[in-house]
Amino acid sequence: MSDHGLTFEESPTTEGEEISNYTINFGPQHPAAHGVLRMVMELDGEIIERIDPHVGLLHRGTEKLIEYKTYLQALPYFDRLDYCSPLAQEYSYVLAIEKLLNVEVPIRGQYLRVLFAELTRICNHMLNIGAHVMDVGAMTPNLWVFELREDCLNFFERASGARMHAAWYRPGGVHQDVPLKLLTDIGDWVDGRLPELFGDAMSLVTDNRIFKQRNVDIAVVSKDDAVKWGFSGPMIRAAGIPWDLRKSQPYDVYDRMDFEIPVGTNSDCYDRFMVRVKEVYESAKIIKQCLAEMPEGPVQSIDRKVAPPKRAEMKQSMEALIHHFKLYTEGFHVPAGEVYVATESPKGEFGVYLVSDGSNKPYRCKIRPTAFSHLQAMDFMSKGHMLPDATAILGAIDVVFGECDR
Amino acid sequence: MAKVLHSAPRIASNEGVRDTLCAALGDHVVSSVEQYGEIIITVKRESIEDALRLLRDEHKYQQLMEIAGADYPGRAERFEVVYMLLSLTKNHRVMVKVTTDEMTPVPTVTTLWPVAGWLEREVFDMYGVTFEGNTDLRRILTDYGFEGHPFRKDFPLTGYTEVRYSEEEKRVVYEPVELAQDFRSFDFMSPWEGADYVLPGDEKADVPPVNEPTTTDSPKETGAGAKADEKAANHVSAGSPAEEDTGKHDPGAPESAEDRLARKPSEGDVTDTKGATEPEDKT
Repeated sequence: MSDHGLTFEESPTTEGEEISNYTINFGPQHPAAHGVLRMVMELDGEIIERIDPHVGLLHRGTEKLIEYKTYLQALPYFDRLDYCSPLAQEYSYVLAIEKLLNVEVPIRGQYLRVLFAELTRICNHMLNIGAHVMDVGAMTPNLWVFELREDCLNFFERASGARMHAAWYRPGGVHQDVPLKLLTDIGDWVDGRLPELFGDAMSLVTDNRIFKQRNVDIAVVSKDDAVKWGFSGPMIRAAGIPWDLRKSQPYDVYDRMDFEIPVGTNSDCYDRFMVRVKEVYESAKIIKQCLAEMPEGPVQSIDRKVAPPKRAEMKQSMEALIHHFKLYTEGFHVPAGEVYVATESPKGEFGVYLVSDGSNKPYRCKIRPTAFSHLQAMDFMSKGHMLPDATAILGAIDVVFGECDR
Repeated sequence: MAKVLHSAPRIASNEGVRDTLCAALGDHVVSSVEQYGEIIITVKRESIEDALRLLRDEHKYQQLMEIAGADYPGRAERFEVVYMLLSLTKNHRVMVKVTTDEMTPVPTVTTLWPVAGWLEREVFDMYGVTFEGNTDLRRILTDYGFEGHPFRKDFPLTGYTEVRYSEEEKRVVYEPVELAQDFRSFDFMSPWEGADYVLPGDEKADVPPVNEPTTTDSPKETGAGAKADEKAANHVSAGSPAEEDTGKHDPGAPESAEDRLARKPSEGDVTDTKGATEPEDKT
């Protein structure tokens, strides 16, 4: 090997032709690329020298489309960003609108949003945990945790009518109240099926020798680097920084919740994985508290200039009918100004920078994806690791391209 | 500031922060506002790097979470580049802004945060704002070989090209956009709330009232007189359809209903509306 890191060697088969670093394409259609990621990898043998991730293959211009829709029409686009945790994306957006409108959300609406945000977190982590273990070679736990994910999706369906793209959070609260049976079923699930099945699945993985060989000491990131590269969510917590927006910048009723922030000690892929595993149990704790404390009452703001009236009311009241018509044609006007609202989505800080010009459509809606910053650090995290480690690193980042590319 | 009713994320108090930061940034500051609980400081374009370094090192805004572009075509410097800073230790956020136009580059902040690399690439890709000192200013989200900057307000929502797989050529082909239906853009601005277009007929509203009405006093002005009478008589009487009787019955006219048999009264339960519709008999 020369001092430049390049390999020159006489090969008996290539008759003296020089072999140096070679470049391969990882993706865009690779099962471990978690979607449409293309990574141009420069390899020295099996050692990664450099990675140039090419993103944007799923770019749909969501932010531009939102500029042409009313505030309410733009909401479903957020489900389609990170399609693994749809409700968590809606959360930032509705909070940004509420901040500009200064509208109050009834307390039951706040509890329901927190409850479903945590269900979404479990749902997201089930996918990521399953995919991560499958990326490093284990098949069974993925099938088990997908059962749990399916349960979550059924709960979403019972609340909103849609399994994934719920569009259930609305400015001023949530779209509809949930039936009592759904709440009791969620309670039973959190007490019984979730800890049993998840515990079983994780017992196969967390102490598994092969799983540890593939993840411990892979892609170690110092606290300093984690801050500089704009990490958030489980990525920054695995680096040992107890930073969680639910705790430090609470929104809705998170300040009433009693939960812990799991942090890593070694900041490697194994820690990132374990942080997510622990977070599932913390989310379950929050769900139980929500179920226990949730009061009766309205679930959406009673300000008829923001939230539509109930259908029954529309049969009786002329004003209610007018409000409904105006809200679903023209929509509400948002006072001019700009806000940046970020919430703790399952993948990290999901932010919305919303600029309003006082009309019924957003002037600019910049979405701060979580994966964008994390994926950028892929190059520096993978340097010097083996090629198969790249899948473990990618799995531990938890990328979803709907969100990264927008 | 009105009472906070919303339940958006609650950060550490803004009290005095704006003054402290503006004082610390000194000459770099162009303007600053505090609205909706957000502190936004606009700084001079050339001093963005120094300003952010000061905020990072002296004021503990350790993380750069986001760089957002925005386009305001009406302004002299149409683009805004907004930096969202987060302090993990003070639990606080500020936004720092610079403005620029199509030609003038903004100094890069990749020297302060490596994460700025892709964030600046995105602003470049979407708005065409260049960043001086960013060594890797390639497009990031758009297609390979894409032209233009799609998030500019003058870029159409539909774009200029569309792609499809061509069975004949066995590859993906690029073609100019063809819309099967016109792009529908709804205008929700009510005319009495300040729409800037004129409704048909409204242009007359601005014509000033006439003080002295124009009159036609002399026959000369109207063109009336014996000469005109003579011509008019010639013209109208002969062959005018209204004056000729063709003798035909007009087939289109409905027949009279007077001699029709009276209808049988309805047998069902009918509400008598007489009391409501006819005046009371006072006799």
